[in-house]
Amino acid sequence: MIDPIFLAEAAINGIMLGGILALLALGLNLIFGVIDIVWIAYVDLVMVCMYALYFFVQVYGWPFWLGALGAVAVGAALGVGVHLLIISPILASPPVNQLLATGGLLFFLQSFATFLWTTDHKSVRFSLPSWELGGIFFPATRLIPFALSIVALVGLYVFLTRTYMGTAIRAVSQDREAMALMGASPRRIYLVTSAVGGLMAGLAGALLTFQYSVHPFFGNQFGPLTFMICVLGGLGNMVGAFVASFIMSEIISVAGVVWSTEMGYVIAFVVFIVMMFIRPGGILARRG
Amino acid sequence: MTPGRAAGLALVVLLAAGPVIPLGGMREYVLHVMVQIFVWSFIGGAWALMGRFRLVSLGHGAFLGLGAYTATLLWNHYGLTPWLGGVAAVALTAAVAVIVAYPCSRLQVVGHYFALVTLAVGEVVRLLIIAERNWTGGSLGISLRPAGRDSLLAVQFADKRVFYYAGLVLWLLGLWVWLRVDRSMARSAMEAIGEDETAAASVGIHVTRFKIWITVLSASLTAVGGVAYAQYISYVNPDTLAGIGVSLRIVFAVVLGGMYSLLGPTVGTALTIALAEYLRVVFGLKFIGMAETIYGLLLILSIIFLPSGIYGSLRDLAARLWGAPARAEA
Repeated sequence: MIDPIFLAEAAINGIMLGGILALLALGLNLIFGVIDIVWIAYVDLVMVCMYALYFFVQVYGWPFWLGALGAVAVGAALGVGVHLLIISPILASPPVNQLLATGGLLFFLQSFATFLWTTDHKSVRFSLPSWELGGIFFPATRLIPFALSIVALVGLYVFLTRTYMGTAIRAVSQDREAMALMGASPRRIYLVTSAVGGLMAGLAGALLTFQYSVHPFFGNQFGPLTFMICVLGGLGNMVGAFVASFIMSEIISVAGVVWSTEMGYVIAFVVFIVMMFIRPGGILARRG
Repeated sequence: MTPGRAAGLALVVLLAAGPVIPLGGMREYVLHVMVQIFVWSFIGGAWALMGRFRLVSLGHGAFLGLGAYTATLLWNHYGLTPWLGGVAAVALTAAVAVIVAYPCSRLQVVGHYFALVTLAVGEVVRLLIIAERNWTGGSLGISLRPAGRDSLLAVQFADKRVFYYAGLVLWLLGLWVWLRVDRSMARSAMEAIGEDETAAASVGIHVTRFKIWITVLSASLTAVGGVAYAQYISYVNPDTLAGIGVSLRIVFAVVLGGMYSLLGPTVGTALTIALAEYLRVVFGLKFIGMAETIYGLLLILSIIFLPSGIYGSLRDLAARLWGAPARAEA
């Protein structure tokens, strides 16, 4: 039998992981909901941002907060670049072509990263304290990213609900034809959405750096999981994606402690597949 | 005999004569590349059976891996001949395909959702193989237990020509199945379903039955391809035979060639394998990752600039140049 304290610790780690997954999933979900294209290579953009951060901090000696801002800027630039170079030429193509173009980007980014930086794991070194409460450890390397990702999520929420641009973005995700008739330029909205999505990727990269070392195939670890969270929450449904992140992260954390890491993922994916059949529109959707 | 049929016959004769063409020291290598093209074209063709009806699966790695691992593990641990192991592999894969396809068709999981559900299935198979490492070798993969000599029972041969002819037969079998589906009533039904499920159902097409049928057919053929590939390479690995990587590779090759035509998957597969081999020879062990980088870049470019695939684009071009009656394609 597993010591309950391990389970409690796993559950808490799950919540911490959930915050970061939510950030990843919301960035992708925003793009998904507005532009209606799955960026298969989304987490590989995160990987590039993590490398950027590594170089800023470990190689050029920038302070961490500046490096993180740099990584966020790199993410936003990547988002705009991907949209202009790859997505906008194929907006009218069949969905399979759109999936594959960003899938090609996945191969490109992973192998180009291998070429440039080899497959060695690179990490930014931290010396941060860890607190103990009732036999459970709360390391700052988990608490800080969690707190920052919650702040970022609130920021995204405010942006989407309280600004003109955010409202326009939400409107497009509800009805793209009508929005063009209302005089909002879809081109500009797509561009801003991609930039915000990329920015979230940069931020997620900076926060993931607290706990993970980066390597060219980092995206494979979180990529499929991120798509599944988006679908589980309902494509374009921000609140749903948020809830789904925590469900998935809890399953992975707890099952990872009880069985093994791989089984944690297997169970999470099986839950996803089953949920897909029970609630195809996402966990928070009303049955249509 | 139509010109198309004559050209096809000439191609088959040429391919059948392939191994006797004197190529000197290159022969083994050329045969090796050709076997790979045959097997992966067959798998690509199996994927296209679903893909052309807008059932875009990003999880064919699941079926491939299930096929390859079932046959390999049965042979390694129980000494069961891959002929019977292959049958078991296809049966298991077909069962999994039904488990996935039934709810998907009943609940109208289509488009992006279908792609992501299948992607999850592919990842589940890959992770299960890694998790069961005591038995499957985990992420290191596992080699086929050598039979020690040429053996039809173990499907192990030292001579590549045997695999060449087996691959050729397999490839022709795949084309035959494709033609059978193309000329069947099921094709019209599936096209109608791909266009509009509700409308198709309203004119009396049994949507669920057709979707499950085409998924099981496609998955089973993919499993056969997996068994064939495992027998030829005599090594299986979860990252090369299951999961998102190989699933995407299959789809790439097919879309690059063109998924609506008989030879599209073959053309796409042959080109991607030729490209990968060429880049590998050029770069060798220098610039690790460069070959794949160029591969990825060319894929993005080809999807942006050749949306209907190379074969499809060439045929459109030919039709325009010679004014031949272009076949209506989706």
